[in-house]
Amino acid sequence: MDNYTEDKSFLLEKVLKNLAGEYQKEDLEKISIIKRDKIVTPVIYIGTGTCGLVAGAAQTLAAIRKYLSDNKIQASIVECGCIGFCSEEPIADIHLPGKARISYRKVTEDKVEAVLSATFNKNVNEDHVLGQYKSIPSETWANVPFIDQLPFFSLQQRLVLKNSGFVSPLSIDDAIARGGYRSFYKTILNYTPGKVCDIIEQSELRGRGGGGYSTGKKWKVALTTAGEQKYLICNAEESDPGAFMDRAIIEGDPHCLLEGIAIASYAIGASYAFIYIRSDYPRAVTILEEAIRQAKEYEFLGQNIFGSGYNLNISIRQSAGAFVCGEETALIRSLEGKRGTPWSKPPYPAESGLFNQPTIVNNVETLANVPAILEHGPSWFKKIGTKSSRGTKLFSITGNIQNAGCIEVPMGTKLSDIINHIGGGVKDGKKLKAVQIGGPSGVCIPASGLDVEIGFESLEDAGAVIGSGGLSVLDETVCMVDLSRYFMEFIQKESCGKCIPCREGTKRMLEILEGITRRPREESTHETLERFKGVVQLESLAEVLRDTSLCGLGQNAASPLLSSLKWFREEFEEHIFDRRCSAAVCRELRTFYIDVDACNGCNVCQKKCPENAIIGVPKIPHFIVENKCDGCGICFEVCKFNAIIIK
Amino acid sequence: MIFTIEINGRTVTARRDETILSVLNRTGIRVPTLCHLAGFTPTGACRMCVVEVEGMPGLVTSCSHPVEEWMKIHTHSPRVLKARRTIVELLLANHPDDCLYCDRSGTCELQDLASELNIKERHYRQGRHSIRIDRNCNSIERDPSKCILCGRCIRVCDEILGMNAIEIVGRGSKSSIGTSNNKGLNIEACIKCGQCIMVCPTAALKEKSSYPAVIDALNNKDLYPVIQISPGVQGSIAEDLGIKGGKDMQNLLGTALRMMGFRQVFDTSASADLMVLEISQQLARRIKDKEKMPLFTSCCPSWVKYIEEYRPELIKHMVAAKSPMLIMGSWIRENYSRQMNIAKEKIFSVAVMPCTSKKHEATVDGKDHPLIDAVLTTRELIRMIRMYGIDFNTMEPGNAEPGLGARGTAGRLSGISGGESEAVIRSLYFQMTGQELSPVRINELRGLKNRKEAKVRIGRSTYGFAAVSGLAAALQLIGEIESGKSEFHMVEVMACPFGCINGGGQRLGTDEKALKSRMKALYDADEEEMVKVAHRNSSIFEFINNPLESS
Repeated sequence: MDNYTEDKSFLLEKVLKNLAGEYQKEDLEKISIIKRDKIVTPVIYIGTGTCGLVAGAAQTLAAIRKYLSDNKIQASIVECGCIGFCSEEPIADIHLPGKARISYRKVTEDKVEAVLSATFNKNVNEDHVLGQYKSIPSETWANVPFIDQLPFFSLQQRLVLKNSGFVSPLSIDDAIARGGYRSFYKTILNYTPGKVCDIIEQSELRGRGGGGYSTGKKWKVALTTAGEQKYLICNAEESDPGAFMDRAIIEGDPHCLLEGIAIASYAIGASYAFIYIRSDYPRAVTILEEAIRQAKEYEFLGQNIFGSGYNLNISIRQSAGAFVCGEETALIRSLEGKRGTPWSKPPYPAESGLFNQPTIVNNVETLANVPAILEHGPSWFKKIGTKSSRGTKLFSITGNIQNAGCIEVPMGTKLSDIINHIGGGVKDGKKLKAVQIGGPSGVCIPASGLDVEIGFESLEDAGAVIGSGGLSVLDETVCMVDLSRYFMEFIQKESCGKCIPCREGTKRMLEILEGITRRPREESTHETLERFKGVVQLESLAEVLRDTSLCGLGQNAASPLLSSLKWFREEFEEHIFDRRCSAAVCRELRTFYIDVDACNGCNVCQKKCPENAIIGVPKIPHFIVENKCDGCGICFEVCKFNAIIIK
Repeated sequence: MIFTIEINGRTVTARRDETILSVLNRTGIRVPTLCHLAGFTPTGACRMCVVEVEGMPGLVTSCSHPVEEWMKIHTHSPRVLKARRTIVELLLANHPDDCLYCDRSGTCELQDLASELNIKERHYRQGRHSIRIDRNCNSIERDPSKCILCGRCIRVCDEILGMNAIEIVGRGSKSSIGTSNNKGLNIEACIKCGQCIMVCPTAALKEKSSYPAVIDALNNKDLYPVIQISPGVQGSIAEDLGIKGGKDMQNLLGTALRMMGFRQVFDTSASADLMVLEISQQLARRIKDKEKMPLFTSCCPSWVKYIEEYRPELIKHMVAAKSPMLIMGSWIRENYSRQMNIAKEKIFSVAVMPCTSKKHEATVDGKDHPLIDAVLTTRELIRMIRMYGIDFNTMEPGNAEPGLGARGTAGRLSGISGGESEAVIRSLYFQMTGQELSPVRINELRGLKNRKEAKVRIGRSTYGFAAVSGLAAALQLIGEIESGKSEFHMVEVMACPFGCINGGGQRLGTDEKALKSRMKALYDADEEEMVKVAHRNSSIFEFINNPLESS
């Protein structure tokens, strides 16, 4: 931002330190200019979070720049984080002076010209329009829905993500103008660390990483435990496949997270905080590095913050991407530079963690909730959500769903609303089979069980877990046995190898699952009997794993499997007894047939078959020898006449 | 604070800060353990010691969990037993089925567990993780496919030795104990002390066998096999073969070895006496010349290897003398061959040591012909005694003259940490004052401790002595000396905790009780023997009067 320093003192003195919240008219004016509510030249917003960049936002951005310079249009461009609607990326918004900000979806490089020229001519590009934002003094666009009335947004309540899509993550001024760091200032000025812990405890904020332990209580343990040096660790090691809420927070509003970390560190008396983040999030790392640099420049971090004598250093540590390092004790070992393996609790990290000092490990989302709680007070926070689960929860919806993305809903929202209303239902008119919640340590909920409220206890009662918040939508083309096998393989590869049940047990369970998704190798070795015995062992083994594993990874290793077995037992039985996969996913259990009426004997499948399983002469319908076929499906893909049928 | 808890329906008293396991061990309940090592930080890795605590969701590892007042514990409920059985079954499923051919058959903890939990059938039949045997090192052999990853070796290497030569590598079922870049143990930071072997529950770690070569030599009529026995060996052999106290072990062992075919049996303590004298002379000279202190002992080959590889700048502080084994080895090769009129190269010189590192030492020294042809650990000698069918309990003591007859206890004391210092002090006192130290005992340097310190007044000055065992303790001491926190004239270092009585080549299953009895045997001998000081041992004049070309 060009006008960086000019605004600095204004923002610090008139906004940040104005705790009473009484503004003079010209100050309000100036704030609205900084916030870009009031503009004189057009502003173009483009989502350049990871999801946007993957969809081509960088090319779109270049095309927008070219368009502006070609047409000699004066406009500023704001690169913001993701608004959560990932399946519609790249999303570009145009805010013309006097008009409401209008949002366009799927603005790829080649669509830039059409979208921009229509909008600059005060027309709406109907093909790409997503919606418009409400802003009182501006004129609205005709026949364009308001963003917050779109099904994707209408049920959302965005507390953590409130600034995502509005602020540039690379500008601390943007953050301060929208109230950033005010809670931190207020905290340091008015509250003792113990008081902060009290406030958080009263708010009933619970850890968003999956465990759901009271954040305030945890902080108090660290605060009251004696130690030479206390540490706060922000766990951004988000390694569930399909989860990207933490990334969305960091890329959308990094200063909110930094403020949360700063308040939490103050509350437990830590002068060092670490952000442990996956190295697979390069964009988030870059943004965080810049945000920390700016916060240091504004003296929100460093020595003697706000003249209080409180010191805080935040540094980033990039992880190598081991799933188990999301477990707090393994994370701490990894931070210490050792092999990332968990230890048996107790001692809990709050008592003896990093370098044997009191340490708090909090998830990104938990910490990002903190500033708002201190700003509005615990009773405000308690009004949101349900009795046992306060506040909102972020979910990343992926899989076979219409609207994929990252959402924030109040606790207590029905899962069916998230899938059908926000998510817009299953893609391509297919039938919903199940929703997988919580990733490899989570469970699947069948389509019939979606009438459940989001919350720690309510999901637990339904046999599920809230987990970190990954939601995978599975339709009828998914084979539950194969999915269980996939998760087991993931867990087996990611097991740290320390405790025996997890290391050896997952290996055996994987073998059993592989056994039933495979064709028998040799009938003579009683393989069928072994396979059957294996399946009998699965449940017993799963029970031992849950009972004896050292950490959550092993304890929950069998969760996806057990829930699949519970809800989709007939699919397992079909695999075991009939050697059939009705979803036609398990390759070796697929058999292909040729529809003699449709086949014209073009010979293509016969030539491509790697197993020489197809016989026939040209111009006469072919035939597949079942014993030779290994189910690869190449014939199915190459047939132009839909003559190959999977059975 | 003392309170009561309930275990299997019985009320038991427990202390705060105590683990569940320690309460169980006190109250007559045994739960199986694998990764547990007394005195080490519990890791809770193997999950064998799980117990059921009412009100807790999963099972709890008793080795790491502190007792709490409200606890109601079940140690052998069906749920617990099923868990333990499953864990052992899982381990067995990934373990080679070669118990009959295994070195540790009979002493294997996994085997014991399988039998204890009555496991009679293999439940999981599929793949095993097989990894190449690491034969790269000249004293220790690793067979990772027999490893159950309990992690004891890693903890010993880290907490006792401070070396961290091995660590778990890989993830999931492909985890194994590995060396850096999988290059093999010889290239590692390993100092070959063999403490890892002592704690290994299976045959994943063992010494590199030398006894087949020894047996070949015994059968070879052209060779003249002789053997030297380290003072640390006898106690361990007596324990293993069930020989009651009161027998003249030295004589029995000598007779047995002759029965096996060794032509002469030497006692390494004779050369240890020479070493003690040498150290006291060097120390006296350094004191006189006001050289930089301290003087480090150099009879532990692991310690020497550490200094040579990691701290070569400290070599000038080391005692400039060969180890007792090599002194004896070169005397046998040079002088004994001359005395007996045998060609040097016809002598097959064997050493029995409580140590794996001596195997390494024997391979690195010697010019055209090695001084020592084979080093046997205590374990290997026991195996050979069994193989040759020798029964110590019915055997008659022989009357053959031992090689280098007279024995003193000064050198023998070097089998225990602190003993060498004690022996050196005795001779140093004589050298500096012309009088004998009385009493000869120095209690500060005795006992099973990793670090012992003594201040001894000789003449007008007081001199500081330290005996550290367990390399980690030595590294800490070096740090203190370098930073000026501590000052000593002589530091005796043994890489193995408590010295050679607990060496890496000793009998497996060495526990505190065994260590105490070995220590007692050494000190008792010191009380009983006539010659307690090195400078009065007549044997060493044999060495001095026949100077060795190569030493």
